[in-house]
Amino acid sequence: MKSIFILTTIFLLFAAPAHAMHISEGILPFEWAAFWYAAALPFVALGIRRINVLAREDLSSKPLAGLMAAVVFVISCMPIPVPTAGTCSHPCGTGIAAILLGPLVSVVISAVALLIQALFLAHGGLSTLGANIVSMGVVGSFTGWLVFRFLRGCGANLAVAGFLAGLLTDWATYLTTSVELASGIRGNEPFLPLFTKILMAFVPTQLPLGILEGAMTAGMVVLLSRKRPDLLVRMGVIKVDEVSSHA
Amino acid sequence: MPERRRKWKFLALHILLFVPLLFGVFYLTLAPRQWQGVDEAVVEKIAREHGREARRPLLDPGEGDLLLFAFLCAGAVGGFTAGYSWRKLVSEKNRNHSHCGRH
Repeated sequence: MKSIFILTTIFLLFAAPAHAMHISEGILPFEWAAFWYAAALPFVALGIRRINVLAREDLSSKPLAGLMAAVVFVISCMPIPVPTAGTCSHPCGTGIAAILLGPLVSVVISAVALLIQALFLAHGGLSTLGANIVSMGVVGSFTGWLVFRFLRGCGANLAVAGFLAGLLTDWATYLTTSVELASGIRGNEPFLPLFTKILMAFVPTQLPLGILEGAMTAGMVVLLSRKRPDLLVRMGVIKVDEVSSHA
Repeated sequence: MPERRRKWKFLALHILLFVPLLFGVFYLTLAPRQWQGVDEAVVEKIAREHGREARRPLLDPGEGDLLLFAFLCAGAVGGFTAGYSWRKLVSEKNRNHSHCGRH
């Protein structure tokens, strides 16, 4: 009960209209908006299928999925001021969701979060939903998951792998947003200079926020490995022998 | 009881540190104090330079405090869901442990 109260209070205290990185309504031309929808759709479909399989196989992953859905939704609309840049932005949270539940489930979670934000919070847009799903959901989730798996395969500990996965999830998301924006608005201009300009404009805000996202991801993975190592073993995040060595 | 007192001390310390931290962030920063989101400062600004203007959203909350209210509700629902799921996750572990203890 205490944890529910504390989390609800924290999120209520920080409630403020979010001005952040999602591409706003109407920014992308129709053909590009349609292209990003088409790119996002297969991942969302596969993600829904994966959720059905998970729900059939193991009901105990449900609270974890609920927790991750809430975390991604809240984190991705929570504006965090960056003093060095004088701007606000937000972490994505898709890295941690992908590490714990798999990248496809994380894509669906971010698609739902982005849809609610676009519909009710004027955050992002319906026409740019596909592009936002691709940047935050698909690229963010797969980057976080791949980096985490790769580093764990190389023998990195949970905290280091989690930190770098979170960091690169954030940076990869903004890199993709830059690609989407540059390709959508460039007209007859060359792609590369505009892409570089957008990317450089993101750097002062996203560089420190990426580090924050890395720290959050590492903290959450380590906390869950202490509280529910059995669940992380079932989800394939850690191995059984690691649990016995911790205990 | 000492454990409880330690927790309260821990919480009080965080509250005490939180206020100067917020002060530091908002008043001692060297950056311009507009605190615009990067969607305005980067995405919409560069798009405008290239002839693309952001449109008003389908469900437009307007200029007043309606949007703040919507975020407040979203924060409450998100916070409640996160707390509830966390509690379920942890209580499930305790249940498993007590089961193991009995057998």
